[in-house]
Amino acid sequence: MTMHTLSVLVENKPGVLARVSGLFSRRGFNIDSLAVGETENPDVSRITIVVNAESSPLEQVTKQLNKLVNVLKIVELDPQVSVARELLLVKVRADRNARGQVLETVALFRARVVDVAPDTLTIEATGTPDKLDALLRDLEPFGIKEMVQSGTVAIGRGSRSITAGPALRAA
Amino acid sequence: MTRPTPETLAHSARRARPATEPAGDADHAPAPRTGAAPATPAVRQPATAQVSGAGSLVRSLEALGVDVVFGIPGGAILPAYDPLYDSTVRHILVRHEQGAGHAATGYAQATGKVGVCMATSGPGATNLVTPIADAYMDSVPMVAITGQVARPSIGTDAFQEADIQGITLPITKHNFLVQTAEEIPQVLAEAFHLASTGRPGPVLVDIPKDVLQAPTTFTWPPTLDLPGYRPTLHPHGKQIREAARLMTSARRPVLYVGGGVLKAGATEGLRRLAELTGIPVVTTLMALGAFPDSHRQHLGMPGMHGTVAAVYGLQKSDLIVALGARFDDRVTGKLDSFAPDATVVHADIDPAEIGKNRHADVPIVGDARHVIDELIAAVTAEQAARPAADLADWWNQLDDLRGRYPLGYEEPADGTLSPQYVIKRLGEIAGPDTVYVAGVGQHQMWASQFISYEKPYTWLNSGGLGTMGYAVPAAMGAKVGKPDTTVWAVDGDGCFQMTNQELATCALEGIPIKVAVINNGNLGMVRQWQTLFYGERYSNTELGTHKHRIPDFVKLAEALGCVGLRCENAADVDKTIEAAMAITDAPVVIDFVVGKDAMVWPMVAAGTSNDEIMFARGVRPAFDEDEL
Repeated sequence: MTMHTLSVLVENKPGVLARVSGLFSRRGFNIDSLAVGETENPDVSRITIVVNAESSPLEQVTKQLNKLVNVLKIVELDPQVSVARELLLVKVRADRNARGQVLETVALFRARVVDVAPDTLTIEATGTPDKLDALLRDLEPFGIKEMVQSGTVAIGRGSRSITAGPALRAA
Repeated sequence: MTRPTPETLAHSARRARPATEPAGDADHAPAPRTGAAPATPAVRQPATAQVSGAGSLVRSLEALGVDVVFGIPGGAILPAYDPLYDSTVRHILVRHEQGAGHAATGYAQATGKVGVCMATSGPGATNLVTPIADAYMDSVPMVAITGQVARPSIGTDAFQEADIQGITLPITKHNFLVQTAEEIPQVLAEAFHLASTGRPGPVLVDIPKDVLQAPTTFTWPPTLDLPGYRPTLHPHGKQIREAARLMTSARRPVLYVGGGVLKAGATEGLRRLAELTGIPVVTTLMALGAFPDSHRQHLGMPGMHGTVAAVYGLQKSDLIVALGARFDDRVTGKLDSFAPDATVVHADIDPAEIGKNRHADVPIVGDARHVIDELIAAVTAEQAARPAADLADWWNQLDDLRGRYPLGYEEPADGTLSPQYVIKRLGEIAGPDTVYVAGVGQHQMWASQFISYEKPYTWLNSGGLGTMGYAVPAAMGAKVGKPDTTVWAVDGDGCFQMTNQELATCALEGIPIKVAVINNGNLGMVRQWQTLFYGERYSNTELGTHKHRIPDFVKLAEALGCVGLRCENAADVDKTIEAAMAITDAPVVIDFVVGKDAMVWPMVAAGTSNDEIMFARGVRPAFDEDEL
C-alpha cells in the first residue's frame, strides 16, 4: 500500500464534503488525512485527501468520485513534483528548567512559539508529515500536554495550475 | 471528441423553451431513450408568472412534459397538491409510497421517459428508499420529489422529519435539498437532465414546506448549472478500431449485451452489428428483449440461471465484447475463474464500470448507440481490408451445446401444476407485444427463461437490487405509460403479498393490468437453496397460501376491485389465461396453484465458478474439452 494525495476540486455547496467522504467509507477506503478550503475562485473548494491504497482500487474510487455531480476535477499529486504541508499546534511542558531546551528545538525546526504560560509553551509548526513527526519526537521527552494537527494540503510545483480549465472557469 | 459543456447544456435547456418547440401532446411525445436532450416540454404555460413555490414546482413539471406523477400527499408536501389539483399532470394516488416509486420505475422502463414519484417528508420519503435504491441499481431514470419540514425546523427532529437527502446519498445519482423557491425550476430541470442523460438513475428533490409556500416568480426555461457533469457519449476512435480488429480476428468471440443497450435505444444497431460479424450474442437479465430470443445467434441469458450455451460461451470465449453490461457477480460467478482466456472489450457510458470487476483490455467510454454505430463502421472497414476469422468451429461447439442442453423442465412427479408450464403458456398466449413484469425469485427466472422476448422494453424486472414486490406497482406504471399494451405481471406468492395493495389503485384509476401469481405456497427461491445447500431444512419459507389458503388470492383480488381467477391443473391453464386476456376493463389476478418442488435450472451456485454449472440437480453438462 502506498500513500496517494488527491486534490479534488468541488463546487462550493452545502453537503459536498459529506458526498465525498461518504463515498470513501462506502467503498471501503480509509482516509488518512483530509483538508478542505476555498480556492482562488470562491465558487470552488479544494479537498486534499491522502489515502493509503493500491493503485487499482484507487482508480475505482477516483472514477466514482468523478461521478459525483459536484466534483469538478480530480488530480493525483505526485510527491516528486508537488509541495505538501501540514500544520501542527502543540502544547509542551516547559518549566523554567526545560524552557531553554524546548526553545532550542523550536529554533532547530524553524517552528514558532505562539503562546506562553508559566509551565508550557504552545508551538506552531508547518512542514511535511515527516518533519512534524521528527519535531514531535524531539518534543516528546519534555511532555506533550495537547496537540492538534491539520490534514495535508498540497500543491503542484511549477507554473501550471490545476484550477485552470473550462469547467472551472464556468463554475 | 465533443463533450457537453455547461454552455451547451444551458443551450439545450434553452432549446427546451416551450415557445420554440412544435406544439404536441406530451402524452404521445416520442420517448427520448438517450442523449443529452432534456425531457420534451409541453406547450402549456407562459414563461413567467407569479406563483407559490408549489405552483412553480407544478409548472416546472408541466414544462418538462411530465404526464403522470405517482404519489401520496401528506403534511410537508401538501402545498404541492393544491396546484396539482388544477394541473394537466395526472396524479395517481397510490396506497403505499413504495408503490409510487416502483410505478415510476415501471413507467420509465416501459417508455424510456423519466418516471416521477412524490411523497411527503419523514415516513413518506423513507418509504421511497427501496424503489430509489432499486432504480439506482438498474439505472432507471426517475425523479423523486419529497416534501421536507420547513427550513427553520430542519435538524430539530421535527414531526415527520427525516434527512432524506442524507439517507439517499448512496442510492441516488444526485439529490437536492431546495433552499429557495426561486431555484425550483432550475433544480427540477437539472434533476430531469441528470436522471435521463449519461448513465440514467434516480434523482431526489427534497423541498421544505415553507419553500413550497413562499411566493416566487416562475420563469421558464431555466439555465442548467452543472459544471461537474459531463457524460461522455462518443467513444474514442482508436479504441473502436482496436475493438473492431479484435472482433474480426477472434476465433471464439461473444457479444455480452447488458441493459445499457436498451437504455441507449441501440437494439437495431445491435442486431446489425451481430449479423455483420456473425458473433454469438448473450443478453443479461437486464437486457432481455434487446436482441430477439428467436434469433439464430442468440445463445440466451448468461449467469447463475443462464443457458448452458450462454454460460459456456462466455466462459470459453477468447473475446468478450461487453456492451452496456457491468460484469455483475450473478453473471461472472467466481470472478477469478471467469472467462480465463478472454480478451475483454468493455464499452459503457459509465467510466467507473470499466475495469471495476474485470480488467478491460480495450476500455471504451460512450453511449451504447454511438459505440455500436461506430463499431459497425469500423468492423465493415476491417472486413474490407482482410478476411474475418472463421467462426464455424465455434458455432459448431455452441450449437452442439444448445442441442444437448436446451432450456427445459420436468413435469412434477406428484402431479401438481408445473410453474414453468404456466409461464411458458402465458408467454405463448400473450405473445411478444405484451410487456411482462416480474417480481424476484423463481418465477422471475422462469419468466426470463420460458417467455420469448422478441422486442425491446417488453421485459421489466428488478435486476440489481432484487426487490421482492416490484412486479405489481411496476406493472401499474408500465400500463399507465403504455395504455394500449397488454401488461402482465408474473409474480410469486411471496412477492405479491408485499405490494398487492396497488391493485386497489389499478382498479380505481382504470389501470387494467393482469397478474399471474405463481403460487407455490413458499418463498420458492429461498426454499430451492434450502433444498440444495441447507439439507432440506425448510426454515421459514412456507407461507401457508397452499396449506391454509391464507390469503385466498381470488378473494383478495375481488376485495381489491379486480377479477380473481384460479387455476390448479394443466388442462385449465390456457382457458384461464384466455379468460384473463378477454377482460380489458379491470385488473385481473390469476392464482396459479403450482407445485412447490420445481427448481430453477441450470444453476451456477453462488460463489462457484461458471465451470461448475449444473444443468439439473446432479447433472453437470459434458463439455468436450478436446474441442477447445
